[in-house]
Amino acid sequence: MLGASSSLKHLCALVPSKAEYFQYDVRKGYWNLTFVFGVCIGAALCYRYFYETEQVMIAASTMADLQLLGLSDFRGLMPEEIFGQNQYQQPRFWSFTLLGGLFLGFGVRYAGGCTSGHGFMGLSQMSKASFLAVMAFFAGGMFFTFFLLPYFLI
Amino acid sequence: MKYLKFMLIGLYFGALIVKSEALSWFRIQEMFRLQSFHMFGIFGSAVLVGGVTVMLTKRYHLPTISGETILIEKKPLQPTAHIIGGVLFGFGWVLTGLCIAPIFALLGVGAVAAIPIFFGALLGVYLYGHLQHKLPH
Repeated sequence: MLGASSSLKHLCALVPSKAEYFQYDVRKGYWNLTFVFGVCIGAALCYRYFYETEQVMIAASTMADLQLLGLSDFRGLMPEEIFGQNQYQQPRFWSFTLLGGLFLGFGVRYAGGCTSGHGFMGLSQMSKASFLAVMAFFAGGMFFTFFLLPYFLI
Repeated sequence: MKYLKFMLIGLYFGALIVKSEALSWFRIQEMFRLQSFHMFGIFGSAVLVGGVTVMLTKRYHLPTISGETILIEKKPLQPTAHIIGGVLFGFGWVLTGLCIAPIFALLGVGAVAAIPIFFGALLGVYLYGHLQHKLPH
């Protein structure tokens, strides 16, 4: 209960539903919702006043790999060619955002936590469950990067 | 006022996510291709600080700000759920270039793409909540 992903569960639990998973007193999660709201505001302020990077300085090898996959614009936090606000007519905008988000949300609650809950809090306690979950995050991510991502970038 | 401390920690974590570039799709690609130490340095230092804090909290029975005892519960071991859920989460991490806290950070930054990502994630959690009983754990 000490990560960022519980907040998504609390947000869903605010809406009345029949699922037992969402039947609990959401007030116990208010602190968590306050925390992620803070993340949002903190990021906004930091980006506005303390962030001047035009292009994230990733490794030359990563850049070369991504160029082979067809990307050419490396400015900003994410590729404009996929996520830019003018790209919404492209089907791949929706597979990278909506479908990606769906995987994140479903997977994270199935796994029982995210990078902060399992990764930071869990590993700090040397929890076996968290070790297994983090291994699965990376196994899934690496498999997708090397074997599936090229098909999504077409 | 009771919630101020959570807000402050959130503000700090949000700023950290932006300054460390952990919300960059490019950085996540670099991480999964094992081509830089950058993201592993962030994780490593976080787990190191967290591990020492947990150890000291247990060793000296450190209280909370309001003087209550801290009980740290471990998550139950559910291997099937951790593996299947974890792999699906990994897929989403690659596509969006974000894990959960960075979604909120990217919303704050004002990127339009963060909106469908956020609603996709909510939909995923909603689906999981309704299918939980039918899934192996």
